[in-house]
Amino acid sequence: MSDKIINPSVPTLGSLTINDSSTSGFGYNPSVGPSSNAITKETSSALLNKRAVLTPTSSNSIYDRSLSTKKSQGISVSSLAFLFCEIVSWARRLSNSILDLENRLNGLGYLIGQKYLELVKLREGMKYGKRENKILEILQFIHGPLWRAIFGRTANDLEKSQDVDDEYMIIDNTPLISKFISIPKDYGNLNCSAFVAGMIEGALDLSGFHAHVVAHSSPIEGLPQRTVFLIKFDPLLFTRENIHFS
Amino acid sequence: MRIFSLYILNKAGGLVFQKDVNPGIAKLTANDYLVLAGTLHSVHAIATNLKPAECRSLNETAQTVNGQILSSGKASTPNVNNLGLQHVDTDYFSLYVFQTLTGIKFVLVTSPVAKQDHSHESPLSTKGELRKQYELVEEYFKQLYVLYCDYVMKDPFYSTDMPIKSTLFEAKIKSVCEA
Repeated sequence: MSDKIINPSVPTLGSLTINDSSTSGFGYNPSVGPSSNAITKETSSALLNKRAVLTPTSSNSIYDRSLSTKKSQGISVSSLAFLFCEIVSWARRLSNSILDLENRLNGLGYLIGQKYLELVKLREGMKYGKRENKILEILQFIHGPLWRAIFGRTANDLEKSQDVDDEYMIIDNTPLISKFISIPKDYGNLNCSAFVAGMIEGALDLSGFHAHVVAHSSPIEGLPQRTVFLIKFDPLLFTRENIHFS
Repeated sequence: MRIFSLYILNKAGGLVFQKDVNPGIAKLTANDYLVLAGTLHSVHAIATNLKPAECRSLNETAQTVNGQILSSGKASTPNVNNLGLQHVDTDYFSLYVFQTLTGIKFVLVTSPVAKQDHSHESPLSTKGELRKQYELVEEYFKQLYVLYCDYVMKDPFYSTDMPIKSTLFEAKIKSVCEA
């Protein structure tokens, strides 16, 4: 009994040994750690029998469904938060400065933004038979349909910078991805929504609008997580727009 | 009932979070809070082993509960503190202890159960009041546990068993506990 004083109320968990494995093939064994959830021969067959959605080999996996399905596939915010938490920790381990960390998150989001742009375009069936070729149009597309496809709602605001001509802002009052993240004081003005900024940048780049996107926190009363995505377009784009449409 | 103060203890008895949510309790120095948390943890551990013979069966219940959680991944109640110190009721304050499966303790210090003016009140009715407040506090514990899971465990800048510095968590705690 003496070795159980630290963990008085969990006598059975404390007495688990490394050789104990769960009968169902699932379950976290604290004395083994993360590897107790590893996919082995036994657990993978259990996974297949459970018809898990994310397993590429099961017959109704996410890869086997029609791409153009209109019905949105909801996922758990908790799982997303845990995944993103690990992404941030991983990027933080590798990076040597706050700027580096933000760049890494931005780079990861970039790839997702590119893919999502294509997916959303495919799903909406190339509405009106054309693509957005004006700066304002593509911004409205990102603020509206793209945001809805990714986060389930449109962004809160789309604004044009008053001081600088080539800057636009997309504002999200409650960013989903950094819902639970609170930045420590010694991390300065880091914002984990740099990941989402990267997604916007990827989508813009792929549609031919070269831009640089940064996420800034700008909390207001009642909305501590409010984030402004500052989009700075390449000046050449404005020249192009002038020649084309004036 | 008013909540005065919340303590969160890690599984080794270290104080990771302390917040006075409502006024009505004296402030202590940071060191005193640590000592208090350590003492409470030890008393709880001793209480776990101080049980009469007829309570042995309770131990088996804990084992079945853990077995159930391991096999199904679901717990019927998040509070696994069924053997140790559960609550202390005094004339000036009440103290409640909630323990999670991973050994984290949430401790709430609240105002005492409202005293009855009638001196010849049957002891049974006071017991009912105690029970009522205990159930109310259990509800608070559930909410606090959810907040902990969300705003602490899903924060990439938090390392397990270290003091909690999340400003979001603090703000949410305030909004839940403030009367």
